[in-house]
Amino acid sequence: MTRKKRRLYFVGLGMLALGGATALVLTAIGDNLLYFYSPTDLTEREVAPGQRFRLGGLVEEGSVEKDGETVRFVVTDLVHTIPVTFTGILPDLFREGQGVVTEGQLGPDGLFTAASVLAKHDENYMPPEVADSLKESGYWEEGLEGAEAAVRSTGGAEQTSH
Amino acid sequence: MHRYANPTRFLRIANAVLPWSTGVMVLAFAVGLSYALVFSPPDYQQSETVRIMYVHVPSAWMGLFVYTCMAIASGVALIWRHPVADLAARCSAPVGAVFTFICLVSGALWGKPMWGTWWVWDARLTSMLVLLFLYLGYMALAGAFDDRQRGAKAAAVLALVGWVNIPIIKFSVDWWNTLHQPASVNPVGESGIAIDGSMLIPLFAMAIAFKAYYVTTLLLGIRREIAAAKVRSLRLAEVQG
Repeated sequence: MTRKKRRLYFVGLGMLALGGATALVLTAIGDNLLYFYSPTDLTEREVAPGQRFRLGGLVEEGSVEKDGETVRFVVTDLVHTIPVTFTGILPDLFREGQGVVTEGQLGPDGLFTAASVLAKHDENYMPPEVADSLKESGYWEEGLEGAEAAVRSTGGAEQTSH
Repeated sequence: MHRYANPTRFLRIANAVLPWSTGVMVLAFAVGLSYALVFSPPDYQQSETVRIMYVHVPSAWMGLFVYTCMAIASGVALIWRHPVADLAARCSAPVGAVFTFICLVSGALWGKPMWGTWWVWDARLTSMLVLLFLYLGYMALAGAFDDRQRGAKAAAVLALVGWVNIPIIKFSVDWWNTLHQPASVNPVGESGIAIDGSMLIPLFAMAIAFKAYYVTTLLLGIRREIAAAKVRSLRLAEVQG
């Protein structure tokens, strides 16, 4: 009986210690686990010129300009924006108002030259008819919230909500 | 004799449950697959590609659920030396590994057309790959010792230690920027359920089918392991006698 209890406490304490250690490690390396930076993140951190990194956010409405193979658009997290240029094939889901993750480098003029563009979609799924009726009835805001969640990061989208 | 009391009782329960779990599995697969492939609508953005979700998401849930079951069974085996618990953990590992693998493969097949890439090293995808390695490591460790008891002990410790990865997988999309979108079905979170009702039918039916499959294979697996243990002890008695 006491042996079982001792094993129980041992396993319980071990799990607690392990959980605590993991939490500490994850907090310590937190920023390195970010897959991309939002435009707001970039205002808060130094990025060396020519350093490759990933920039994520929404493609701003009305910002896409196509010129042959090259496309220019603006990435926004609804607080800050960064202009992006990219030459190549865009994913099917690339469109205005949609999430996007680009990899490349920031030029001295503030223009981000992307070497790759990935589409990032939100967690909402619905049939086309439902999406249409939502848009008609003006309840599409919920969809926008989902889009905000797509760029939810270190407070970019939260600042707009109040 | 006392050691066999529990397995005997377990076998009685397992044999009573098996026809039911098999029935639920067949029924849920019939409903789930027909809705997933035919009767559910396309998505407003992803059109027909969304049907991958009905395999991908329930597989991911299975990967996390089976691992949690395996960790609990390992803890029970470690603390109370319950022989059936050890068998339950051993029989869970291959099931969880297969569903984690299905999740990763279907996710890659879905990621290419939608995101534009098969794979990225973001927090969600990477932690899910770690889960697959944990399953494989558990299976390797559990079978690596000549003495089954020692193998069981080492593997149980690995299963418990590896469980810290489960909350990391679950919350990776909330804690860090990831290419993978946040959870669509999150009853406790602020987002709630972000999937239209017509798409939830195949999703939940497939999830039920997968769970029933797990129950069925788990019971069959433990039954097989108990029979194998009996054969081993009979052989031993023969040699010694």
